[in-house]
Amino acid sequence: MAFKLKEEALKPERLTGGHRMCAGCGAPVVVRAVLRALKAEDQAVICSATGCLEVSTFMYPYTAWNDSFIHSAFENAGATISGAEAAYKAMKKKGKLPADQTIKFIAFGGDGGTYDIGLQSLSGAMERGHDMVYVCYDNGAYMNTGIQRSSATPRFADTTTSPAGSSVPGKQQQRKDLTAIMAAHHLPYVAQTAPLGSKHGGFKDLHEKAEKAIYTEGACFLNVLAPCPRGWRYDTPKLLEMTDIAVDTCVWPLYEIVDGKLTLSYIPKEKKPVEEYLKAQGRFRHVFKKGNEWMIEEIQKEVDRTWEDLLNRNETK
Amino acid sequence: MGKRDRLSGNEAVAVAMRQINPDVVAAFPITPSTEVPQYFAAFANDGLVDTEFVPVESEHSAMSACIGAEAAGARTMTATSANGLAYMWEMLYIAASSRLPIVLAAVNRALSGPINIHNDHSDTMGARDSGWVQLYGETNQEAYDNFIMAVKIAEHPDVCLPVMDCYDGFITSHSVEVIELLDDQDVKNFVGEYKPKAYLNNPNGKVSMGPLDMPAYYFEHKRQQAEAMKNAKRVILEVSEEFYKLTGRKYGLFEEYKMEDAEVAIVLLNSTAGTAKAVVDELRSKGVKAGLIKIRVFRPFPVDEIVAALKGLKAVAVMDKADGFNGAGGPLFTDITSALYGKADVKVINYIYGLGGRDVRTDDIEVVYDELLKIAETGSVKSVYNYLGIKE
Repeated sequence: MAFKLKEEALKPERLTGGHRMCAGCGAPVVVRAVLRALKAEDQAVICSATGCLEVSTFMYPYTAWNDSFIHSAFENAGATISGAEAAYKAMKKKGKLPADQTIKFIAFGGDGGTYDIGLQSLSGAMERGHDMVYVCYDNGAYMNTGIQRSSATPRFADTTTSPAGSSVPGKQQQRKDLTAIMAAHHLPYVAQTAPLGSKHGGFKDLHEKAEKAIYTEGACFLNVLAPCPRGWRYDTPKLLEMTDIAVDTCVWPLYEIVDGKLTLSYIPKEKKPVEEYLKAQGRFRHVFKKGNEWMIEEIQKEVDRTWEDLLNRNETK
Repeated sequence: MGKRDRLSGNEAVAVAMRQINPDVVAAFPITPSTEVPQYFAAFANDGLVDTEFVPVESEHSAMSACIGAEAAGARTMTATSANGLAYMWEMLYIAASSRLPIVLAAVNRALSGPINIHNDHSDTMGARDSGWVQLYGETNQEAYDNFIMAVKIAEHPDVCLPVMDCYDGFITSHSVEVIELLDDQDVKNFVGEYKPKAYLNNPNGKVSMGPLDMPAYYFEHKRQQAEAMKNAKRVILEVSEEFYKLTGRKYGLFEEYKMEDAEVAIVLLNSTAGTAKAVVDELRSKGVKAGLIKIRVFRPFPVDEIVAALKGLKAVAVMDKADGFNGAGGPLFTDITSALYGKADVKVINYIYGLGGRDVRTDDIEVVYDELLKIAETGSVKSVYNYLGIKE
């Protein structure tokens, strides 16, 4: 079904407004877009790892969730949702749920709860093949606790635990390639996506990938870039400018892996230099200081390497 | 009704699980509890149960998956020991505070470090304040019976708390005894169907679970949880009475062995009760008024009932198979003495024993009764916090 934003936007919100997420935050935008891919008649059970999303959307006695929702801890969204999915299977088998009732199981976690502390739980759930989708909203740091570095934080980014100091200029390591790690679980569907500006089709890529992930049987994984205005230091209206430039510089390539076959979803006609991505964010301000040119070169080299690798693996040419 | 069979403690609990036919079992192997999910996986793969068996990648995920499953509306169970229980720690508290009636076979094993696979109670004693009901059992029969009763206690609307069925690793879990099994149908009828009020997978009503709970409400929620634990005492007795009517096997908050006219007594948990009973019998044959109390319900702690049972005794020894590391005594000892405070003037001493599976024989128990008799005679306590059977 072709994606029509106007029609999609008319669907009742499954994550309502009134929650406490910051203006300009990518996470609720990602969640609403993912949930719009659910068929109206299908029920969903949503799980969130501890993080901004959870503490801001479900503060007792108010919930922003229009579907059943569970949060239990930081590192275990994969395991928690897998239990709910197992319950669904058992209840169906025993006739405790109507035979025509469809419930979809979707977990959300930030990069801290997914790349780092929740990796084991996620890996276990994915390997066991529960019929579920795990969505990582990747903002590249532990934003909820105050912008600490995670294994998703890009090299040289300034965070509160990898500060751009006078002798160590920000985070020293490359980010972990979680999407590849998930693909190595031989999942039926893995994709990397982002909510984008209209020149990139807006929410089309995210919507279509979410739809495939939700309606592909088995354990599926979405890694979604979700900028954070506090951590990245950009003006709140510029959220989609951040994702657009991430895609145009190939810092955040869009692709999907279906049964092991990789397809790039977007190949920019002209790959923009990484400076354009870096200069838009306060967390990289120090790399533009005189004498730090080598940092930008290093970042560019790494982006080029991963992009070349993806181009080589792209099976739909 | 029922039939007699030769089973290990773990096998008996796995059979109880089969008879209960829960919706979800999520578990991870750890000695000495491994056999429970192992037997159960065979039942599942042989089509003897309708359960979804979830072989998770860790105990933390085992309890997390149990939480997800129970919250979704499924009757859910697991089993673990020692470090496995420790790895679940965070989730034990979340299961209890989310008021999810999960049942866990806690096969007692010494908690690392140093690593040791043998029995003591340091694992479940560490979880004693996690908000779980804790039942302890001496024999394979008790492990089996408690497991079945645990379901009904946990799911009672006045309780809605998870329950641990604690029994001794190897001594109970691996020893084979003849036990009486209930008929499958009797177990099914006894536990009934799980009908939670609110659950994630409910087709007719959505629910949000696990909120951020700020100072305006958190305290009230903890208060409700504490009330549920208090209610559990009454419910345990009601369920035990119903079980007695079905099986003829009587269970209370604790077992009193030859306590009617006892002057000295030992209080302890689990399998050591068998050894201690033999010593009580021996002493009784010599005219010594010795008795024994074996705690079955450790959480909630039967404060008033313990006071009534110990009041008037000349000396009592509390035996802890876990140290307290508080410089003052083991966990059972501190609970007993705080129960007695201001209510009964009884001389109580503490023995830490059997850590890491150190064998406890009748002559060890005799040492304790000898000391109690000395206190009873002289009225003076030489040492409160003691170690039994240790190489000093």
